[in-house]
Parts: sequence; structure tokens; C-alpha cells
Amino acid sequence: MRTSFIAKYPSVLVFLLALASFTIIVTILSEGFGIGVISTSFIKTLGKTLCLCLIAVAMDLVWGFAGILSLGHFAFFGLGGYMIGMWLMYERTRLIVTEALMQGQIPPTGSEVIDSIGSQIFGVVGSNEFPLIWTFADSLGLQLLLVVLVPGILALVFGWLAFRSRVTGVYLSILTQAMTLALALYLFQNDSGLRGNNGLSGLQNLPGVEAPQSIVSMWFFLASAMALGLGYSLAAWIVSGKFGSVLRGIRDNETRVRFLGYSVEGFKLAIFTLTACIAAIAGALYYPQAGIINPAEIVPIASIYLAVWVAIGGRGRLYGAVIGAGFVSLISTWFTGGKAPDIPLGFYTIKWVDWWLVLLGLSFVGVTLFAPKGIGGLFDLMKKRRARHEHTS
Amino acid sequence: MGSRLFLGGLITMLRTLFACLALMCWCQTGLAQELTVQEILQQNKKLVEKSSRKTIGPVIAQIAASNLSQAQVFLEAWGSKQVWQRRSDGLFFFGTEVAKRQYELTDPDSGEAVGEFTKKQLKQLKPNSGVRALIATALVQFQLFDPDPAKRAEALQTMERVPTAMHLAPLRLSIDNEQDADLKARKSRLERLLTISFDPDTATRVAAIQSFEGGLGVDVRATLNPLVVTSMNITSGDLPTDENIARVIKPGSEYLSMPAAYDLLVAGKLAPPATSAEDIRAALVAHIDGGQVAKISVAQLSDPEIRRQAYDRLAEQSLVPAFIGEEDIAKKLLGYRFYETFAETSVAVTDAAQAALSKIDLNVGMNQTLDLTLDAISLASIYFLAAIGLAITFGVMGVINMAHGEFIMMGAYTGYVVQQVIPNHTVSILVALPLAFAVTFAAGVVMERLVIRYLYNRPLETLLATFGISIALQQLAKNIFGTQARPLTAPGWLDGAWVMNDVVSISYIRIAIFILALIFLCVFLFIMKRTRLGLETRTVTQNPRMAASMGINPERVNMLTFGLGSGIAGVAGVAIGLFAKVTSEMGNDYIVQSFMTVVVGGVGNIWGALAGATMIGFLQKGIEWGYPSNTLAAQTYMIIFIIIFIQFKPRGIIALKGRAAGD
Repeated sequence: MRTSFIAKYPSVLVFLLALASFTIIVTILSEGFGIGVISTSFIKTLGKTLCLCLIAVAMDLVWGFAGILSLGHFAFFGLGGYMIGMWLMYERTRLIVTEALMQGQIPPTGSEVIDSIGSQIFGVVGSNEFPLIWTFADSLGLQLLLVVLVPGILALVFGWLAFRSRVTGVYLSILTQAMTLALALYLFQNDSGLRGNNGLSGLQNLPGVEAPQSIVSMWFFLASAMALGLGYSLAAWIVSGKFGSVLRGIRDNETRVRFLGYSVEGFKLAIFTLTACIAAIAGALYYPQAGIINPAEIVPIASIYLAVWVAIGGRGRLYGAVIGAGFVSLISTWFTGGKAPDIPLGFYTIKWVDWWLVLLGLSFVGVTLFAPKGIGGLFDLMKKRRARHEHTS
Repeated sequence: MGSRLFLGGLITMLRTLFACLALMCWCQTGLAQELTVQEILQQNKKLVEKSSRKTIGPVIAQIAASNLSQAQVFLEAWGSKQVWQRRSDGLFFFGTEVAKRQYELTDPDSGEAVGEFTKKQLKQLKPNSGVRALIATALVQFQLFDPDPAKRAEALQTMERVPTAMHLAPLRLSIDNEQDADLKARKSRLERLLTISFDPDTATRVAAIQSFEGGLGVDVRATLNPLVVTSMNITSGDLPTDENIARVIKPGSEYLSMPAAYDLLVAGKLAPPATSAEDIRAALVAHIDGGQVAKISVAQLSDPEIRRQAYDRLAEQSLVPAFIGEEDIAKKLLGYRFYETFAETSVAVTDAAQAALSKIDLNVGMNQTLDLTLDAISLASIYFLAAIGLAITFGVMGVINMAHGEFIMMGAYTGYVVQQVIPNHTVSILVALPLAFAVTFAAGVVMERLVIRYLYNRPLETLLATFGISIALQQLAKNIFGTQARPLTAPGWLDGAWVMNDVVSISYIRIAIFILALIFLCVFLFIMKRTRLGLETRTVTQNPRMAASMGINPERVNMLTFGLGSGIAGVAGVAIGLFAKVTSEMGNDYIVQSFMTVVVGGVGNIWGALAGATMIGFLQKGIEWGYPSNTLAAQTYMIIFIIIFIQFKPRGIIALKGRAAGD
């Protein structure tokens, strides 16, 4: 009696179709591959939004389905970005430095090149030595592996510690928030080895690639779309199976699931770590499009925003997370970008740059109070109405 | 013999100078009794005419030490440029201008008028600022006997600032006749300090050093430290026996690495400099000849081995100095011994100084621990203040209020606004405290009525909703007050610090915050244990239905309790604003710490919050002490520690037991 997960979770097909058509339309309209209606910077915004949708899917898995309100997933996102950023920065600096040294009268030795890369990258924090964590920065393959491994292992260790001692609910949220704060504060130090609050920059340039930004941004846009599609399918596959049922069981009544003989901690740890890895991949795709990463990106508030996107979109339904992240982050960009028209009231002019956060904050309150199911809840309403309609006819 | 390297060169030089001065004073007080000021000046005529800071010292010392009653008058006149030299015979006189370009001269010794002269016949002594400083220093000893105690205190202050050998003798003389007890104590303390530095007799110096054992004064350490300053010396033979050797150092030990030792040899011109990779590169670049260096093509030179080969070939042709690498350095170092000598030559004195310093260090360390403890207590009381409101809303009611930090911010801004209206700081703070309570109490009640009461059974959603309120309030504050930090000034009587000694001090404002935290604790305990509201709160928390059936209105109690917690956060905000800047984001700094405090201490218990705050305060100060100048690292490690701590005590330090524990 096994049915395919798509049959159990038909929205996957709809979603993939929508994503594919969106991607194709954007590609056609883009500067890089198409007729040039959409500017490169907006392509980047769209690509970044897709990455945010991916991490929102991860958040929905861990919160909406397993009931773990993690306020640390943006830390994993940022770590993924740092890992890929290390390679991008190292390789690009290496190319530049080697070229410069080749201009000298005698060719440079290996250690001269490394020293010079070191002083280029770490000069800004008053050092010129490579810290230990940059050991693998010269290898794209290893660094890509680290994108998943570092946040994964952090999530594994943290999750093991937290779940093992039965920290649940709000306490877990505060604990994850503390972890995020600790990581952000650590990275803010100059001797953390990741350039302190300068962060890693120049990530939009792919080393050794001559193509203009309009093309590169399209590559990343397509890669982000593909990652989102894959991530969404994976999440749908997980929640449609037995694993997903157990997760929902844990969310609704953890004690009962434990009494039924399931290893609640194991399930929680698995989903926590998996979503951390997804978040890291999303981050590794996001930051090359953003061009810069610094510790300010992973302060706890970012993770809280993530929870809010998911809440606004609708928890416990994967498309809700995508809608929430896409909708809120795009509208945020619009309001804070100064493009929204100001509202003159005569005695006072409402500038959206100033008032957007007030509106956003109050809308959280509104959503939690009046629409606990979020925007996704609207689909339920439509379904119900149609069902009633069919019933009456 | 080895060559000397003066690491502590400056100090040594100064000390030698002072020693010479002291010696001169000593001899000349005996010999120069009969000489008048004029005679002394004539003996040193050349030095006086072209006076400079470097050469004039002995002359001033001689005049000052002459025991002549005119010495002080003359030095004062010299310092204020009133001394003139008669061109005809080169004698020196005091000059006062009686008419334009017309001066009346008086003899410096007898004080008799010599006659009037025109400016052309005279030459004014114009001591430069360096010389004037020396004169002033010499004059200080006369001020020690001044009848005015303020003048004497001033002289002591000058001597404490710049201790010199010539002050020792007059200072000793002045102690016995000193009437003022305070000044007498200061004089005798200074006398012992000067004895340590300048007395020629070793036993006296050692006794003076021992009299300071365990003293915490900065001046004692400043006097003793130069005695144990060492300089590094190198010898190729045996160690000298006539020098006060501190220790022998082996190159390659933790005190002196091989390269550093070799650099010392190089600096002493005992060895040629080592060849660095940079030197090789420079040499190779200098000898490029048609795309080749020593017949090796330039393209191959990216390999360090080949670079070395090329360099060696150049060295064979004597174009560059021979390569000196690690092995050569090690071999060369075998022929030398490195040892440190004290600038102070007396072994007894350096031994006594070291012993005294180690005792002082121990004492200072103990006092620093005390200081650190005080700091930790004050930090703990800040955390406690920030967390106590949360201990009510989160700990007792179980409501997770992410806007707690914004209530703190709101209280601080209330204080700021009150200070804009009432300029008197004392009155404004007294007004601000209850007003902040009222404002945040009202805000808390409104928030509870409008939002939180609908979410009592959904803690995660409470978190999100209150977080929404938090960012809305933050942005609102930014819109109203701007992003600039606003000052909340403490009243004048809270300025300054309570200084126990040179090591331990604590500012009054921190003491005030500690007292405020204590008051809060008492008020909280009183409300919870002794009032109707406290009783009702506890019943509603334990069992709302039962409470309702007993005639308690749970809604009203919840509202008031939440308002109380918020109000306390507002008062804490005023206190925190007194030492931290008031910004719209100040709540962020405290929210995570406050939750940590409550969780670590144990939810649902005020003693838990107290224990949590104490632990976090001490922990943070302890880590900051271990990682000075890096508070970020301290915070990081503290949070990691807390995460691990919760593993072992998931319910906090003080866990509720039995039925009170709930769930």
C-alpha cells in the first residue's frame, strides 16, 4: 500500500510547476539571458529571495512540523555563507596577488604568495597570518563540503546537548537564541579569524570567471531556484512519510510519542541537523549574490524574522513558508528601499523607511492574534468554501 | 669582556646623574661652608653664563646645599630672570629696573646696593625652561621649612612627583620640626622612599625597603621597580664577578628565543646578520644578469631550494655575504653566554626589593580579587535589576515577553524626558523613578489586555507577538528620539568613587545600583508574601480555576501582575540609563542576558533570579579578567558556559520541587 509522496502531497507538483514557470519567465526577461526587462540587481534580489524561501522551508520543517522554534537557523545560514565566502575570497585574492607578484623581477615562491594573500585578507584586522580555520580555503571541493559539515556538526552537537537534557518549548528557543548571539559575538572579534566585523567581501566575483555580473547573477538565480525546488521536494518527501508523521506527533504531544516507544530525541536531532544543513546551503547560495557577509547578518533578530516569515506565510504547510518568506522579504525591500511613496498627513509625513518596521511589528501581532494559520490559511478557506459549494449542489 | 647593552638605558642614565648629584651635595656641604654665593658663581662662571640643563645641575646643587641664608633668595631671583652680570668685572647681582633701561644692582650676599647701571653695561641671565625647572626643584627644599602648611604640602607634592637625591637631606632635617601630623606622616613616607632610591648606605636602604613590605601604594612600586630593572649582557668568557647578576639565560628558552638571542649578538656587532628569505630575494634581484642569476634562469627562482642554490653561488663569488641559517645561528650562540644584570649594584638592595615586590604583588593580587569581586557584585546587581521584572512575567506567570527590553528602554527614555523638564538632577531622578514605573505599568497593562491574554496557552506565539511589539516599540522610539544616544545624567552626589586604596575602588553609582537592587528584592518579596495581590498572584499561577472559584478574578490578577513586572522593568531602565547610554536599541543588550538570568537561576523563584544574576555577573567578570580587553570573547564564552550549565541543571540553580514545580 505504498503510494508515492507526490500523491500524498500534491502541492509539490503545483509548486514545482509554479517555480519552473517563474524561473523561465524571469530568465526570458533578464538582462543576462533574455530581453533585458529585469535589471541585474533585481535578478540578484530575486535570487536572494529564493534562498530565503529555501531557509524558510527548512524553518517550517523544524518549527511547523516538529514544533521546535529554533531561533538559530540564521546562524547556520550565515555559517554556510562564511564557508563558501572563505574560498571565494581566498581564490580571488590568490589570483590577484599572483598576477601582481609575477610582475616582479623574479617569480614568487609559494610561501611568498601565501604570505601576501594573508596580508591582503587579514591586513584589515592587523594580522597577516592564516588562522587555522582557513586550512582548506584553497580547495573548492573541501570548502563546499564544509558548507554542510560545519553548520551540520554545530547543529548536531548543540541539538544533542539540548534535546538530551529535555530542553523544550520556549526554553529551547531562548537557548538557540543564546547560541546565535554567542556565535555572532564571537565572529565580531577581530581575532576570530574571519575578519571581525569587516566580514568577507567581494564575494560576487567568481574567481577565474570572466563573465559579466549579469550572466553570473543568472547562474546563481537558476542555482537558487533549483536548490529551492530540490529542498522543497525533499521536505515534502520527509513530511509525507512515516518520519513526518512522527514529527507531527512530537509537535502535538511529545510525551505520548515517547510513550509509544519512539526515540523523540533522535527524531528531533535528525530534523534539527538536516534543516541546519539546508539552511547552510541556502546561505552558501545567498551570500555570493549579496557580495558581502559580516557578523551583523547572524544576530539573533535575523532568526526571529525568519520565524515571523514562516508564521505570516502559515506554519505546517511548506508552501506557506515560501509565500511568507517571498512576500515579506520582497515587500521589506520595497518599503525600506525608499521606493514606497510617502504619505503626507499635513502635520506629519509618514516616511515608510521609518515606519515600515512599526507596521511589520504590529502585523506580527495581528497575524498571531487573528490569523494563526497565516496567509496559507486563505487556501484552507477557499477549499472549505468549494467543499461546501459542492456539498450544497 | 662582554659588551654592555643598556636595555633600561634611560633609567640607568638618570640614576647615575642623581647619584653624582647626591655625592656632590655630600662633599660640598662639608667643604664649601665658607664660600659665598658670589664665589660659587665665580668658580663656575662659564657654566652660569651659558647655562644649559645638562651642565648647570652641579652649580645649582652647590648653591642649594651651601646652607647660606641667601641661597633661596638668589635661586628665586635667578629663576625669575632678575640676576644680572656686570660686563666690566663679570660679577653677578640682583637687578631691579628703576628707570627705562636703568637698573639698580644689589649684592647677592650682603644685600647692599651697588649702584645704578644702564642696560648696556649689564648682561641678564636668562635661564631657559630646562634650567628654570632645575632651579625650581632645588628651591623645593627651602619650601619644606616654610611656615605656611599649604606651601609645605605643595613642596612635598613636587618632590613626590619628581624625586631627586638633593631633596633627601633637607627632607630629613625638616621632619622633626614638622607640627602638622598629616604632613609629618607624608614627609616620613617620602623620606623612606627617597632613602630607597638615593641613600648611599646599603643597610639603611634595605631597612627602608623592608618598611614598605606589603604596601599597596603606587609610589612604592614606582620606587622599587627601577631597582630591579635588568639589562641583558653577553659574554664570551666567564661571568663577571663584580656585577649584580640577576640570572643567566639560555638561548632557546622561553625567555630568549634563538633568533632573539642572535639578534642581540648582531646588535652588539658580535655576529653578522642572519640571512632572511627577504635578503635572498633582494640579493638575487640585485644580481640578475640577462635573465639569469649565477647561471640559473630567473624563471626557476620560484622554488626556494633553487633560490638558495643561486644565493650560495653568488656567495662563492663573494658578491653577497655567506648564507647564515639556523644551524649557523645555533653554532654561533654556543660561544656566548647571556645574562641579565641589575642596574642597581648592591645585591642586598636588589634582594630586598625583589622580596618586597613579591610580597606587594601578592597583596595587590588579593586586593585585585577583592576589586573584581566588587565589580562582579555590581554587574550582578545590574543583571538582577534587568531580570527582576522578567522573573515576574516569565518566572511567575510563564509569559515570555520579548518586549521586556523595550520596557527597560521606555523607562530610561522617561528618565531622559523628565530631565529635559526638571533640570535639577536629584529631583528629576526622584520624579523619574515613580513616573517610569507608572508609564511602563500602563504599557504592560495595555499589552496584557490587548495581546497577551489571548495567548496564555500558546507560549511560542506569545514570543512572536511580543517580539513584534518589541521591534515596533524600538522603531517608534527611533522615530521619536532619533538614533543618537541620549544622556541620563546622574546627580552630582553620585559622581566619584569610594576609594579604599590604590587598587580597590568602586564608583558611587554602582553602589547606588546595588542598593536599588536590594530594595527591589525586598519590595518584590513584600508584595509576593505579604500583600493580597501577591497571594492572589500565587494562587492564580498555581491553579487559575480553583482561584476563580474562590472569588479571585484571574484576569484582573494577571493584568496587575504583568503590569507590576513591566513597571519594575521601567524603574530598572532609569537605573541602567544612569550608567549606560539611552538608545532605542538598549533593550537588545539586556533581553538575552535577562532570560539567561531567569533560566539559569530557576524559573518561578525570585531567589533563582538572584542566584542566576550573581552567577552570570561573577562568571562574566571572571572571564573578562582571564581575557582582558576582549569583552566580546568574555560574552561568547559566558553564553557557551550557560548552554553547557543548563545541560546539568536544566531547571536552574534553584529548582522548584514538588507541586509548586507545575507541569
